[in-house]
Amino acid sequence: MAGRGDILLNVEHLTMRFGGLVAVDNLSWHARQGDITALIGPNGAGKTTVFNCITGFYKPTEGRISLRHGDATVWDELDSLTERGKRHITTANGSLFQLERMPDFLVTQKARVARTFQNIRLFAGMTLLENLLVAQHNSLMVQSGYTLLGVLGFPSYRRAESAAVDRAREWLNRVGLIDRADDPAGDLPYGAQRRLEIARAMCTDPVLLCLDEPAAGLNARESAELNELLLSIRDQYGLSILLIEHDMSVVMEISDHVIVLDYGVKISDGTPEEIRNDPKVIAAYLGVDDEDVEKVEAEVGL
Amino acid sequence: MEKSAQSTGVDFVHAVKEACLAAAITFGVLLPLIGFETVSNIDNKLVLHTRWGLLFTIVAIVGVGRLLMALVIAPRLAQRRIRPVAATAPSWLLLIGRWFAPFAIGFAIVYPVLAMGLTGFSGALKWVDNFGIQILIYVMLGWGLNIVVGLAGLLDLGYVAFYAVGAYSYALLAKNFGFSFWILLPLAGILSSFWGILLGFPVLRLRGDYLAIVTLAFGEIIRMVLINYVDLTNGYAGIGGIPRPSFFGLPFTADDDGFAAVFGLPFTPVYRTLFLYYLILALAFLTAFVTVRLRRLPVGRAWEALREDEIACRSLGINTTNTKLTAFAIGAMFGGFAGSFFAARQGFISPESFTFLESATVLSIVVLGGMGSQVGVAIAAILFIGGTEIMRDLDFLKQIFGPSFDPTQYRMLLFGFGMVIIMVFRPRGLISTREPSIFLKERKAISSDLVKEGHG
Repeated sequence: MAGRGDILLNVEHLTMRFGGLVAVDNLSWHARQGDITALIGPNGAGKTTVFNCITGFYKPTEGRISLRHGDATVWDELDSLTERGKRHITTANGSLFQLERMPDFLVTQKARVARTFQNIRLFAGMTLLENLLVAQHNSLMVQSGYTLLGVLGFPSYRRAESAAVDRAREWLNRVGLIDRADDPAGDLPYGAQRRLEIARAMCTDPVLLCLDEPAAGLNARESAELNELLLSIRDQYGLSILLIEHDMSVVMEISDHVIVLDYGVKISDGTPEEIRNDPKVIAAYLGVDDEDVEKVEAEVGL
Repeated sequence: MEKSAQSTGVDFVHAVKEACLAAAITFGVLLPLIGFETVSNIDNKLVLHTRWGLLFTIVAIVGVGRLLMALVIAPRLAQRRIRPVAATAPSWLLLIGRWFAPFAIGFAIVYPVLAMGLTGFSGALKWVDNFGIQILIYVMLGWGLNIVVGLAGLLDLGYVAFYAVGAYSYALLAKNFGFSFWILLPLAGILSSFWGILLGFPVLRLRGDYLAIVTLAFGEIIRMVLINYVDLTNGYAGIGGIPRPSFFGLPFTADDDGFAAVFGLPFTPVYRTLFLYYLILALAFLTAFVTVRLRRLPVGRAWEALREDEIACRSLGINTTNTKLTAFAIGAMFGGFAGSFFAARQGFISPESFTFLESATVLSIVVLGGMGSQVGVAIAAILFIGGTEIMRDLDFLKQIFGPSFDPTQYRMLLFGFGMVIIMVFRPRGLISTREPSIFLKERKAISSDLVKEGHG
């Protein structure tokens, strides 16, 4: 296994056009394994579009998005994978996936990229436990003999289901919702729904977790809890996290690497410390030209 | 004190106004419908009669009814709404809920015996055949469609197509090749689910109204093919003389090797009816059993998740295309089973039996029963089909309304009325709560406010 710090996700020359509108323009960046990578930028900068391209919900107009499982040496195979026109390649050391070639459900199923949504998308009429079991659909589907053995009542499925319930219980414990396991997800308060959505994404057993504004609508205490949860996911599971966030207290505190977008173009890329002091970023957030930053800062008293 | 008296005074004036308005509208609507009547006289000429008496009686009933509604019923309802609603259902209701299904199953099993005990051997024929078998066919169709509409949330207006495919599969294969019922039953199911998948593929991208329209068209296409492909299906004339199912090789005939003779019983047609009753009962139980199992399997949970939120499903790695196709295929399979049973029971089928009205009936059963609820669908089928059958012989009403009164002509009116009533008081069907498929500590029913209906 490759250690922390090797490139996990590589986005090259990503362009997404909607008719005449260029939402993302020739964007290149990468995320490293075991890092929390944050994607920030003003409203309409194209962050969610990038997310939708990575997770297969949009098919990018141009560009290559590749993801690695296993050893970092498999990156050598990338060009041959692209030339052969396949979705993924598996060698002795690991596999490579070209995400822009895969439909959305395969990105999660095969490339193991999980995501959450800006506007929470839980199964409101199903219980918390059911929500987490639906997330384990693919492994359970195999265990139930593609439904056939399950309908006939084979014990192998019952064992697999109880293992899935144990996993769900573990995650409900982690996000502090075990007492409400049998309540419908739609009954939960907003902050708890956010946590449940993360737990549900984690139940798909991902290598990369993409969170679209996980702290939106949370109060200070809840977003501190969220920071803790994300750090523990990174440290205990060695998982890499990709994050879109407006809440700078979350971004600056937990992320290892920050990418700043404005009008679909990358304007800065570095550690939180570097980003904080980058005049381009400040200009973008204040909505002024680079030269005027100091003047405006003086005006607002920064 | 004075203020409250004043407000009731205003209320009374307001109520009278409303009552007058309702009466006026009724008068306007019913004047051409009831007020005038064309009758042909002795010379065979049409003459116009007026029925002022009847018209004004109805107008008066509506006016007084509206007045009572505004003055007495509405305040009471408002008061009841203010009172806090008990958080949990009363214990007797829970008790009924727990014992309803076993009781209903037991009743369905002993029903023919009861019918024979109460109405005699030949009198039972009507009760077992017209009521029992007819209702159970629709229970089974309702449960089959429930998978597609209730669980997966895909609105299917052409379910009768699969019923027709099952019926014609059985009829044609049994007549032309002489296969037995027991071979053709699964085969009809397989063929129907094949057509279900065939329908599923092109319509998978469609949602909501568009899906409903295409499935409606699919049902009509199948019917049109059955009408026009005369060489195969004999068109409007239908297929007669379809072989009847036998009791493991023993036919229900008066012959020496028939069922009755072999068991040393006197021949009556009741045996066949009883056999058919238990056959459709077994098929309905099979449908219920498989559906209950499927709900606890990943595919069943994926159906319900699909109904709740399709995009979230895709983000969890669920292949929504396959999931929808399995829902169509399994729903169609049960429709096919029911169809082949229908053909075997009737002995004659024609495209007339597979009109859109059948699809609409089955869909109404599912919607009125409560989408996704097995018990609700069964109750709705009993009310709906049993009601239709009962209204065939309400001859005693003739003693009240005169000999020209034909109760069957009022069937659809009463149905419409019943449906409106149910939809007003229980907009999500008779049983609207959702039962979770699995629980950690406690099974809690989920309120219908949270459960989505699906958007196609």
